[in-house]
Amino acid sequence: MTKWAIDVKNLTKHFGDRVVVNNISLQVPKGKIYGFLGPNGSGKTTTIRMLCGLLTPDHGEGTCLGYDICTQTDLIRKKVGYMTQKFSFWEDLTIRENLEFVTNIYEMDHVKQRVDEALEKLHLTHRANQLAGTLSGGWKQRLALAACILHQPEILLLDEPTAGVDPKARREFWDEINQLSNQGLTVLVSTHYMDEAERCHEIIYIAYGNIMARGTVAQVIAETKLKTFEISGADVPLLRQKFEHNSDIATMALFGENLHICGTNPTKLQKLIEAQKTLAQFQSKEIETSLEDAFIYYLNKAKEN
Amino acid sequence: MFRFSFQRLRALIRKEFIQLKRDKTTLIMIIMLPVMQLMLFGYAINMDPKHLSTAVISRDNTFLTRSIVSAFEKSDYFNITHKASSDAQGKKLLQQGRVLFVITIPENFTRDVIHGNRPTLLLQADASDPVSIIGATSAMDGIYQSVAQKEFNGSLAYLQNNATPAFSIQVQKSYNPEGFTRYNIVPGLIGMVLVFTGVMMTSLALTRERERGTMENLMSMPLAPLEIMIGKIMPFIFIGMFQATLILLIANLLFEIPVFGSLSVLFVCMFLFIICNLALGFFISTIAKNQTQALQMSIFVLLPCLLLTGFMFPFDGMPLWAQALADMFPLTYFIRITRAIMLKGAGWAEILPDLWPLLILMSVITFFTVKAYKNTLD
Repeated sequence: MTKWAIDVKNLTKHFGDRVVVNNISLQVPKGKIYGFLGPNGSGKTTTIRMLCGLLTPDHGEGTCLGYDICTQTDLIRKKVGYMTQKFSFWEDLTIRENLEFVTNIYEMDHVKQRVDEALEKLHLTHRANQLAGTLSGGWKQRLALAACILHQPEILLLDEPTAGVDPKARREFWDEINQLSNQGLTVLVSTHYMDEAERCHEIIYIAYGNIMARGTVAQVIAETKLKTFEISGADVPLLRQKFEHNSDIATMALFGENLHICGTNPTKLQKLIEAQKTLAQFQSKEIETSLEDAFIYYLNKAKEN
Repeated sequence: MFRFSFQRLRALIRKEFIQLKRDKTTLIMIIMLPVMQLMLFGYAINMDPKHLSTAVISRDNTFLTRSIVSAFEKSDYFNITHKASSDAQGKKLLQQGRVLFVITIPENFTRDVIHGNRPTLLLQADASDPVSIIGATSAMDGIYQSVAQKEFNGSLAYLQNNATPAFSIQVQKSYNPEGFTRYNIVPGLIGMVLVFTGVMMTSLALTRERERGTMENLMSMPLAPLEIMIGKIMPFIFIGMFQATLILLIANLLFEIPVFGSLSVLFVCMFLFIICNLALGFFISTIAKNQTQALQMSIFVLLPCLLLTGFMFPFDGMPLWAQALADMFPLTYFIRITRAIMLKGAGWAEILPDLWPLLILMSVITFFTVKAYKNTLD
């Protein structure tokens, strides 16, 4: 047995003339939570769909749970729990009916018992006969997750599972993901939230169909070689205008009263700041580079290519 | 390939029925569509119109012809409103719609009757309104009987021979030789409703699933394409059968329209036709990107069905190119088959010429549908 739950090489997918996924190779170790990040339209969903056999790659090859993603999709489907970006269970079925349906599709026995257990775990027993469409966003996500793990999959593919869900529901959702991971389940999860990325064992960042970075959060940040300075004081708006379009600054963003500027060359950055010291009122200090800065840096780099 | 699983199939079908149960609009449409259409057609034509204006061209004026004309009037169906002097004048009256019938009594009619030449009396009818004339034209036997009873006595008693009538009345229908009647409408209606349910509802049900994103979920589950297809189609087979039965029942109970042929043959043919339509609906859903498109494409199928297949207008009255086009629609054959079974009591042998094209069309459509359906989002 290999240690990879997902092991794919050079996946490429076109839609018409547009290259959506370009030559992506991906190795996801078993039992880990793997974060899949990138801007909208970067090919995350397409990649996930290729992994669970919903799309056939134009080029490339690989395995998911040891099964070929091009020829053994039937076997993959049995062992994958795939949660779509949009709630894709049946809104005109009740919660119980949805769960029963899934249980039957995976040909499980003791349907009623399993569904009852799942409902209890969800704390939805008293609302079992409510139409799924009447649930709030957070509950819909929990129902979807419960339905995805009913058949005890070996890997979860979650496509932006927490989009539009409030922080409390998001935290509960992630607590459950962590729990599942502890039980040995592999999780590949795409997200736009930085805090969620930081909860992953490893992350991969793709932009315009290309992989820009991978590794632990610390590694991904370190790899950019970005240094960040925080500038505060009365003249922040003035400095912001002055620093615009400066080629030494990779990213710049306002956080309340404070301005964060990042660059790959710390000496040049420092010189830039020193030069302004006599002209404006402000203080500056070096701070840790955030994951968000790293991602924007990667995105701009991808744009240049 | 997955092993075909009944647990999965049952779950799919059950889901479909639960969703249908909660979709009140569709549910109402399933029941109301056939009922309303039948009521509209049925009641509009169920009236038994009487005292219809009639012109007489009499070239022979005797006791017998006067008796015949009065027998026409006494039947209550005919009301002699005009006396025409020539065929041309009679034709004009008919064309203008001033009269619905023209009775023409030929020269020497009475002499021919007495000599036993069995002459023919012509009744021209405006069949463009088949509904109004159906009762009237069926009254011919009664008219002959009443004339015979009254006049063929004494010296003419030798004409009282039922086996060989002394004269005959030839009914000539103009403008609509096939004589569409409510009897003809019911088989067509069954076909039309089945097309509607099969093509439109199936394609909508599938594109709806795609539009809502649930199709992606379904595809990511271990389901064989055939299971998804059968699971989706099965409820509509039930619905189609239900609608057809409903039409037959109402037609029979309310309008006393009988089925002369075998019901089982009829239902087997209905089943084949339903499969045809479901496959077509499924095919549309593989091309259509959303429900609006599916609806548009369905109408694209429905319209020629309504106009070309003999449902509304007589098939033989259409130009050849239109007939050739109509030959490509399963409904054309189904209407002929159903009419033959229901009205003429036809069995397998008689419907065979229309059955095999239906089977071929069914196979072709099903083949392309299975080929077009993919279990991926490609």
